[in-house]
Amino acid sequence: MNLSFAPHVYEYLLADALQAFPEECCGFLFGTLMADGTRSLTDILAVTNAKEGDRRRRFEIAPRDYLRAERHADERGLTLLGIYHSHPNHPAIPSEHDRLAAQPFFSYVIVSVLDGRIGRVRSWRLNEAQQFEEEAIGHGQITTPTL
Amino acid sequence: MATVIIPTPLRKFTHNASKLQVEAATVGEALQRLSAEYPELKKHLLDEHGQIRTFVNLFVGEDDVRDLQWADTPLSAEATLSIVPAIAGGLGDWAKVTFSKEELARYHRHIIIPEFGLEAQQKLKAARVLVVGSGGLGSPLLLYLAAAGVGTIGIVDFDRVDDSNLQRQVLFGVDAVGQPKVEAARQRLEALNPHIRIVTYNTQLHSGNALDILRDYDVVADGTDNFPTRYLVNDACVLLGKPNVYASIFQFEGQVSVFNHRSPAGELGPNYRDLYPTPPPPGLVPSCAEGGVLGVLPGIIGSLQACEVIKVITGVGEPLSGRLFLFDALKFEARVFRVKRRADNPLTGERPTITQLIDYEQFCGVRVVERPVRQISVQELLRWQAEGRTFQLVDVREPHEYEAANIGAELIPLGTVAENAHRFSRECPVVVHCRSGARSAKAIRELEERFGFDNLFNLEGGILAYLEEVKPTLAG
Repeated sequence: MNLSFAPHVYEYLLADALQAFPEECCGFLFGTLMADGTRSLTDILAVTNAKEGDRRRRFEIAPRDYLRAERHADERGLTLLGIYHSHPNHPAIPSEHDRLAAQPFFSYVIVSVLDGRIGRVRSWRLNEAQQFEEEAIGHGQITTPTL
Repeated sequence: MATVIIPTPLRKFTHNASKLQVEAATVGEALQRLSAEYPELKKHLLDEHGQIRTFVNLFVGEDDVRDLQWADTPLSAEATLSIVPAIAGGLGDWAKVTFSKEELARYHRHIIIPEFGLEAQQKLKAARVLVVGSGGLGSPLLLYLAAAGVGTIGIVDFDRVDDSNLQRQVLFGVDAVGQPKVEAARQRLEALNPHIRIVTYNTQLHSGNALDILRDYDVVADGTDNFPTRYLVNDACVLLGKPNVYASIFQFEGQVSVFNHRSPAGELGPNYRDLYPTPPPPGLVPSCAEGGVLGVLPGIIGSLQACEVIKVITGVGEPLSGRLFLFDALKFEARVFRVKRRADNPLTGERPTITQLIDYEQFCGVRVVERPVRQISVQELLRWQAEGRTFQLVDVREPHEYEAANIGAELIPLGTVAENAHRFSRECPVVVHCRSGARSAKAIRELEERFGFDNLFNLEGGILAYLEEVKPTLAG
């Protein structure tokens, strides 16, 4: 299992996590499933956290936003490959809530934001036993230009 | 033919097809067609009762079928039915829990266990547990849950502490005799752990209040000693979707199980009605008050129950769901039986017939609270004495207690009351007393029910209250 971010997708992800702090952000990740099983992420869509009540500790994506994401993927010939959300002041490890609501197949990318600064970014996928397994994150063949 | 849009996560069950054409007149029919063609897909759409899973949303065009006619929503040939998985998650309420220095020191031995850690301790503090019954099982249960740091503990009990409780109800000391159990329990638990919140319900749990009380809790622990309350707690937990950690004891044997528990994979475990579909005939299984219990047994079983409550809250380990643990202290034998969900369970079976709480005393053919007896206060008794009224005074304690202190009553120990029924007067009022009032109430019930007495009075608070009242006079 391997996940590769296009640079602009990764930057957008971190920016969304920071602007939402201390609340949780959430959104969709799109890309292509490569022949070797690598997931190459080339597009991102932020959505409004629809959770009523405490958005600092929960996120929820409205069904209509989900439909929009599937259409978004369809129109661009991409695959909806994952969901991202942030954990304000907590490690980038899935919680029990994450696991109970998780769908198979999707990569669940979690950004830890500690006191308003980006902590670790990790990605998780459900295995057959309904448990999360971590997948390695790379940053694609394109290395971030140094200037 | 209507078009069904398959969401990305479920496409592996449809050979990667994202759109399927289905010949169906309604949403329900479309789901059935899909389930028949793709059995793997079915598991993700429908639960074991054929109902649409809670994590699945269905849209016809732009509209949620919940706002239309659910499974009966019609599908035209041009209609698009979208299957939309619910996307949610996040840290959960426990994650905002923080600890003071004192708490961190207190819970250190929990936090350093690798499988437990700070996260499990946070979950304990965020958790709300309702303990029904603060007697033999409730004592160790409450003590350990409070010590472990369960943040909110509710206690339901309508009883007062009696002398005969102290042999096993280690929550209470001699000072607590006569006090409401929930109050005595609160004092003891707050002294044990000042960092938690204790909520008390000095009332009997019944069909009228059970849902309102249970609603505010995450886990219910049943430590009751009677069948009506046990079925009531079970049914209320099922109706509210709360896990029910159950234990019971009798003489030398104990049982533990976890009912109505939803596994991480979303599967619901069995409940009490899967184990015991109907209550035993009234009188067949005596209560601890009638049949007795070895005092240490609830200590063992209640501790196991506390352990399961902690596992259910924290998600650490495998809870005793779908299994019944039996312990026989005499032989020192433990066995574990599998418990399966029954198709005819009236709550969770194929054709549920119970959708609200029922009259559990009628269902079980027994009463939870024993019939009240007529009481007389110490002051009233003293007035009778002062006025020179004719009445008989009977003490039902044991001879050694009588020798230690008595107030001039006739001695007829509780165990010999039936054979000495003829010694109780039918001509004048009879005041019956014991140490604190429980045994004399029992004697009166027996005499009333079996021998038709109607002139018996129970001395409130027993000889203890009498001496308390009279002592100052003697001293003065």
